[in-house]
Amino acid sequence: MHGQGFFYQAFVYLLAAVVSVPIAKRLGLGSVLGYLLAGIAIGPWGLRLVGEEGADVLHFAEFGVVMMLFLIGLELQPSLLWRLRVPILGLGGLQVAVTAAVLAAIAVALGLPWNAGIAAGLILALSSTAIVLQTLEEKGLLKTDAGQSAFSVLLFQDIAVIPMLAVLPLLAVGGTRTIASGGTSWIDGLPPVAKTLVVLAAVVAIVVGGRYLTRPAFRFIARARLRELFTAAALLLVIAIALLMSRVGLSPALGTFLAGVVLANSEYRHELEGDIEPFKGLLLGLFFIAVGASVDFGLVAARPTLVVGLVATLLATKLVVLLVLGRAFGMGTDQNLLFSFALAQGGEFAFVLFSFASQHGVLPVSVTGPLVAVVALSMALTPLVMLVHERLVAPRIGRREGGAREPDAITGSSQVIIAGYGRVGSVIGRLLAANGISATVLDHDSDHVELLRRFGQRVFYGDASRHDLLHAAGAGSARVLVIAIDDPDKVLQIVETAHRYYPHLQVLARAVSRTHAYELLDAGVELVYRENLDTSLQMGVDVMRAMGVRAYEAGRRARLFRRHDELGLRELAAMREDRPAYIRRARQQLEELERILTADRLEADEQRDAAWDTRTLREEMAGGVER
Amino acid sequence: MEGVSTAMRQVLIVFAHPALERSRVNRALIEAAAGVEGVRIHDLYEAYPDFDIDVAHEQRLLEAHDVVVLQHPFFWYSAPAILKQWQDLVLEHGWAYGHAGTALRGKWTLNAITAGGGEDSYRHEGGNRFEIGELLAPFEATARLCRMVWLPPFVVHGTHRLGDAEIDAHAGDYRRLLIGLRDGAVDAAAARRWPRLNMDLTAVLGG
Repeated sequence: MHGQGFFYQAFVYLLAAVVSVPIAKRLGLGSVLGYLLAGIAIGPWGLRLVGEEGADVLHFAEFGVVMMLFLIGLELQPSLLWRLRVPILGLGGLQVAVTAAVLAAIAVALGLPWNAGIAAGLILALSSTAIVLQTLEEKGLLKTDAGQSAFSVLLFQDIAVIPMLAVLPLLAVGGTRTIASGGTSWIDGLPPVAKTLVVLAAVVAIVVGGRYLTRPAFRFIARARLRELFTAAALLLVIAIALLMSRVGLSPALGTFLAGVVLANSEYRHELEGDIEPFKGLLLGLFFIAVGASVDFGLVAARPTLVVGLVATLLATKLVVLLVLGRAFGMGTDQNLLFSFALAQGGEFAFVLFSFASQHGVLPVSVTGPLVAVVALSMALTPLVMLVHERLVAPRIGRREGGAREPDAITGSSQVIIAGYGRVGSVIGRLLAANGISATVLDHDSDHVELLRRFGQRVFYGDASRHDLLHAAGAGSARVLVIAIDDPDKVLQIVETAHRYYPHLQVLARAVSRTHAYELLDAGVELVYRENLDTSLQMGVDVMRAMGVRAYEAGRRARLFRRHDELGLRELAAMREDRPAYIRRARQQLEELERILTADRLEADEQRDAAWDTRTLREEMAGGVER
Repeated sequence: MEGVSTAMRQVLIVFAHPALERSRVNRALIEAAAGVEGVRIHDLYEAYPDFDIDVAHEQRLLEAHDVVVLQHPFFWYSAPAILKQWQDLVLEHGWAYGHAGTALRGKWTLNAITAGGGEDSYRHEGGNRFEIGELLAPFEATARLCRMVWLPPFVVHGTHRLGDAEIDAHAGDYRRLLIGLRDGAVDAAAARRWPRLNMDLTAVLGG
C-alpha cells in the first residue's frame, strides 16, 4: 500500500484532514482533535494507509512547530510582555516548576531513574497551546481572568520549551550522544571557546539582521507588488534562520522565535503573520496527523490499565497544582476552575520533546511510547473535560464564567482598524490618536508606510482585503473597521471579507462617488461616507456667508441639506435595483440630478424652526389675544 | 387632571448634560431611570450634537407622553444651553401655547436637577440668595403658559461632597418617584406643599 510516491501520500493526508477536521469541529471537538483522529484513522491501527514513513512525516512536520514559535515571537511585543509579567513569570513559572517536580516524584515512585523522571516531569508539565487557546476563543472566554491567566501560563510554557531543549540532553545517562539533526554542523571540529563565539555571532546576526536588514529588504520586495514574492520572502526568512541555527547547533525554534520577537515591532509584522500562518496551520495539522498515526494502540491495548491510570494521574495532578496556584494568585473560584480544567492536559510540544529525549537517550522508547499515547489521549479528552466543567462543575459554583468583565486588548491589538492611511485615513487616525484611541493601521504602499513609521505612527504594511491579514491585525477582537482607501473595488472587497468573516465588526466605508455609495449600501454597509461631501458643503457655507447669510443660519442650512441628501441617497439606492441596468446607465445621472434638485426646492419651501419666527404670534396679538 | 389617576402614565425624561462622561450624579440618576417600564429617556446632547433640534419629532414625542421630566444639572441657576434651544424651538406658538396651542395641556412637568450648593445655600440669607423654587420661575412660567401641571423639582444638593452610598440613595429615590409618577401615585396639589419632591418622598408618594 505504501510508497507510491509523494502525491499518493499528499492525497491521503489531505483527504484525511479534509474529511475529519470539519466533522470534528461540527461535533464541537475542535480542529486539533480532528487532525489527531484523522491520523489514527489512516495510521497502522486504522485503515493502514500510511505506515513507517509516518515518522519521516512527523520529522518534516515539526517544522510547523518552528513556524509556530516564529509567530509567537511576532506576537510578543515588549509592552505585552511587561503588562503580563506577573502572571507569565509567577504563575507560569510556578506551574511548570511545581507540576514538573510533582510529576517527577510520581515517575520516580513508579520506578524511573531520577534523571528520566525529571525529564518526563518537565515534558508533561506543558499544556497544549493549540487546543487551549482555540477552545477558549471558540467559547469566547479568552478575555476573562481565567483566559488571560491561561494565556500567560501557555506563553511561559512556550518559552520554557527552548531552555528545555537545551537541558534535556544534559539529563542523558552517561553523557550526550551527538545527534546530527539537520545536516552536518559547522562547529563540530572547533574548540569550545570558538564554538561559543560562533553561536553568539549567530544570535547577534539574527538580532542585528532582523532589526536593520529585513526592513529595507522587505521594502524592496514589496515594491515589486507581487504578493507571492512576499510570501516566498517570508518563508525564506524562516527557513534560513532554522538552517543557520541547526548549523551552529542551536534549536531552530529558538532562532525563529528570536527573529519573531525582533520583528514584532516591524511594520511588516501583520503581513508576515498572514503569510506564514497558513503554512504553520497546514504543517501543524500534518504534525497532529502524524502524531495520531504514531500513537501505539498496540501498547494501549496491551496494557490498558497502565495507560488509563497514567492519563488519570496526569490530569488529576495538573488539575490540583493549577487549582492551588490559581487560588494563591487570587483567582475567584469559578475562574480558577475554568483555568485549571482548561490547562490540565499534556501539550503538543511533548511529542517533539519526547522524540528529542529518546534520540538523546534520556528516555527509552519503552517509556516514551506509552507516554506519547498518554499525552495524546489527555489532549483528546480536553474537550470532554471542558464539557464536564461547563455542564457539571460551573453550574454548582453558581457563577458563569462569561462574566461582565470589560473587554481587554489581550493581544495588544486595537479596537479600531483603519485600512488605508492616505488623505482620509490619516486624518481619522490623527483625530483618534489625539483623543487617546489607538488604531491598528494597514496600508499597502510600502514607501508610505516607511515614511509614516518615521513619524512614529503605528502603521503596518499589507493588503487589507486579505482575510488572513485582517485576522492578524486583530479583526477578531476589534470593534470598528474603517475602510479609507480610494480604490472603489478594493473597498467593496474588504467589505465583503469583513462581513463574511467578522460580522461583529462595525464597518465605516469611504465612497469615492455616488455610484460607489450605492454599491456600498447595496452591500449592506450602514455607514457610508462620500469623500468630498463635507468639504463641498463647507465651501457652500462660506459662499453663503460671503453672500450675507449669517454664520449660524448658513451652518444650519448646510446640515439640513446634508441630512436630506443622505436620506435621498438611501431612497435612490433602494429604488435603483428595480430598474433594468441599461436604462439605469443611460438615464441615471440625469434623473438623479433632477430628483436632488426637486427635493432641495421642496425642503426650502417648508416652514422651518417656526418658533424663531414670530409672524403667527404677531397676528394673534393683533387679534387681541394676550400672550 | 390634577387628581390621582389610576391608568399607567407615560413618562418622558428630557435629559441634558453636555459632559455625561464626567458627571457622577446625573449618570447614576439616568442609570436608575433606565429600564423602568413606561419611562423613556431622551438624551438631547446625544440626539442633537449640532443643536439642530428636529421639531416635528420632538413634538410627536411630547404628545405621546403624559409626564415630562426635565433632567439636567443646575448650571448657572438654570439648564445647559441645549435645553433652552429645545424650549425655544419645540414649544411653538399654535402648538404649545396661544389660541390653538393645546398640545401640552394637562400634561405634568417637573425639573430633576443636580446642584453643587447645599440646601442651606439656597436661602435668602444663604450664599445663593434665592430659593431653588424661585430660580426655577422661568420653567414654572413656561409650564403655566403651556397649561401644564407644574410640580416642585426633584433636587440633589451638594453634589461635590456626595459619597457613592448617598448617590445610590438619591438614584433609588429618583426611580421610586418615576414609578410613582407613572402609576399615578402622586397627588399634584399635595405635592406642591413641599419645596422639593424628595424632601419627603414617602409623603409625596401617598404614604
